[in-house]
Amino acid sequence: MRGDDEPRLPDPRMIPIAQPQPWFEQPSSTEHSVATGQSATDDGDGVFVRPFIVTRGRTRPLHDGLRLETLVEALPAALSAPLQFEQRQIVELAQRPVSVAEVAARVGVPLGVARVLIADLYTGNYISLHEPHELPVHVIERIRDLVRAL
Amino acid sequence: MYGRSERESTGPSAVKIVISGGFGVGKTTFIGAISEIEPLTTEASMTDRAVGIDDASLLTQKTTTTVALDFGRITLDSSLILYLFGTPGQERFDFLWDDLATGALGSVIIADTRRIEDCYPVLDYFEDKSTPFIVAVNDFDGADRFELAEVREALGVDEAVPVVHCDARSRESVKGVLVALIEQVLLQRVA
Repeated sequence: MRGDDEPRLPDPRMIPIAQPQPWFEQPSSTEHSVATGQSATDDGDGVFVRPFIVTRGRTRPLHDGLRLETLVEALPAALSAPLQFEQRQIVELAQRPVSVAEVAARVGVPLGVARVLIADLYTGNYISLHEPHELPVHVIERIRDLVRAL
Repeated sequence: MYGRSERESTGPSAVKIVISGGFGVGKTTFIGAISEIEPLTTEASMTDRAVGIDDASLLTQKTTTTVALDFGRITLDSSLILYLFGTPGQERFDFLWDDLATGALGSVIIADTRRIEDCYPVLDYFEDKSTPFIVAVNDFDGADRFELAEVREALGVDEAVPVVHCDARSRESVKGVLVALIEQVLLQRVA
């Protein structure tokens, strides 16, 4: 994937050569020292991050009926779409079908947050959903045989 | 165009089995014995439920109860994924139990003969829901091995409900329990 058409970031090994001084060692950048000072305080205090901050406070999914075991699968165009960090993580996870519960666990957000994010992706047509349905007897028999053969 | 495939019957499907029982009875061990991934934990909170109520005052109260939920996954073939969900121990959280039980193929209720009464509420719940279930007696080291008939009597479960021995640490044993559950599901389907 890293083709010739990806010149955006310099090779990390080049940075010392191209930039003689790393910015955090520059003596008089007040802006930066204020910024780092703040984040250090935040880390130290263990500030409570409200879980629904990644959904901008929305707690209600745009699409109802997402069960724990509903399967999420990314549509091909989703990988190149401009998505926020957590949604991009979901799209990467869902390159093969994964359940809503698995998305929540792997992205590291509570279920309610995962539901909102997944519903947004669905509404934006970035993912498809495979909702569970009543299984016919022959499928249950197949499940039994496959479990037995594990 | 890629359509919305939610109502398609083709494509992958997920099957859910609920692993239940009292606190510390070996649910996560059971799941871990057969899951292809290390059991994962996700957090469900009361605010998840408050969502449907649409009452902002509930959300501003800081009484969020968080429940950890363990689960494992078994890819059965290219189109079938089996998820094993453990019910949270200790207390009953109805809001989550309904999420777990709805659409479940069935449930394994693990019993510990040293604390048989711990699984009474679980039995009540699944009998009420008419979710197919079986009872697996986890044979802990040091625990007296009871006759299954005695366990059945102590639990007061119907003759039609299978009661089996199991060792939650053993993959083969866990597999046998799951097969027994699926057989029970099939029996109830045909009946």
